[in-house]
Parts: sequence; structure tokens; C-alpha cells
Amino acid sequence: MKNALRISCSRNNLKVVRDFVTDYLAAYHLADLQLNQIVLAVDEVVANLIIHANAEDESQHLDLALRVEGEMFGIEILDQATRSYRPSSYQEPDLQEFIRQGKKGGMGMTLVNRIMDRVEFTTSGNYNVCRLFKRIAI
Amino acid sequence: MKITQHSSATTLTLSLDGELDASSSVLLDTELAKPETLQFQKVLIDCQKLNYISSAGLGVFISHLQQFQDAGVKLVFFNMQEKVHNVFEILGLDALMTIVPSEAEATAI
Repeated sequence: MKNALRISCSRNNLKVVRDFVTDYLAAYHLADLQLNQIVLAVDEVVANLIIHANAEDESQHLDLALRVEGEMFGIEILDQATRSYRPSSYQEPDLQEFIRQGKKGGMGMTLVNRIMDRVEFTTSGNYNVCRLFKRIAI
Repeated sequence: MKITQHSSATTLTLSLDGELDASSSVLLDTELAKPETLQFQKVLIDCQKLNYISSAGLGVFISHLQQFQDAGVKLVFFNMQEKVHNVFEILGLDALMTIVPSEAEATAI
């Protein structure tokens, strides 16, 4: 089963990423809800990296690698954007206020943090590295 | 994502078919932003064929909700698949949006 994928930074590739994760996890027969949650968390991070970190510059790429070890699903996402996400900047959204302001964004990382068991953002050389982990029932 | 719509004198129904993500949510935003949308008493969102929603899709609904409320337009979701409803639940949006099981219940609101 293919466990690595490289995409250019176009939001058209979000579907490609979702299919990649779904296909990889098919072998583990997860419940629909859990599979959807994992796919969603990956989609949210990838969308942020494409749109915010890389400004939808299609000459830039993301490299994704998946694995399951024991009962732990893990994904590593690498990019070379000069802007990297700082987890310390995260704020819990006030949804009532979002509605009042008519705000469109700002909920993606909340979904990621609530779904995944571990979320890491680091840098390594020229690369920004995001790692997500989720315990799955096999 | 495909959006089909039908309307009566008081109600606009949008049927969503496919996946609502950061790419496709632009289409939905365009539909909901049309000035004539605010002429209806209710906007019903049929989610039967909505297979996926991300925060970008949720954000489109959130961004229009206040304007709908100010104009007296009710926004009601129905026929929502469990995995889509679960995304609303994770954020607590199920308590802030009107989500009912069936079209009959949506129409009765």
C-alpha cells in the first residue's frame, strides 16, 4: 500500500490527499466516524499549509508519509514555506463571536487538536514538519 | 460538489451533493451570498448527499448566519449523515445551528 505522496500547493489537491489517507487506512477497517475524523484532521492541516503557509504557490510542494505502528496511526507532512505554524499562537475559538463577526476561518486547528491524540509542529533544516498521531482500534 | 436548488414563495432549498472542503466551499459561499437569498423566510440545506465537510464548509455557514438572523431568515439543515453531523458536534456547532432529521421537520419549523 502506497504510504507516501507529494502534492503541489493547490487546494485542488485536497481531494487527492483525502483519497490517499482513506485508501491507506482501508486495510484497517476503521469505523466510518473515526476514518472521517482522521481524514478531516489531515485535510485541515494540509489546507492550512497550502493556503496560509504556501499562499497556494503551485511551485511549492508538500510531502506526506503515513504509517500505522501497533495501534497508532501517524502522518508526517513536510513543507519548505518560510512561514511556519506556531502552536503557541493557537486560541480556542469563540463560535458565538465568530457568528457575530461573520468569520469564515479559524476553526481548522480546533478540529485537529480535538481529533488527534498528538499534534506536533517542528522545523528541521529547511523543512517545516507536522506530525499527527491518533490511536486507532484495529 | 454540486449544488441544486428549488424554491417556493417562502423557502429556498439547497441540496448539496459531494464534498465541501476549502476548494468547493467557494461555490456554496457564492450561492448563500446572493442578495435574493435574504428574501426567503427559510433556507433549508439538504445534506443527504453531502459526504464530507471541513472547517471551510462550516465557515461558509457561520459567516452568513448573523446576516440571515438579522434578516429573519431561518437556516435549517436536514438529512445529515452521521459523519457530517459528528464534525458539527466536535466543534459544538450542533448547539448553535438548527439541524433536524428530515425534510418534513425542516419544513415544519
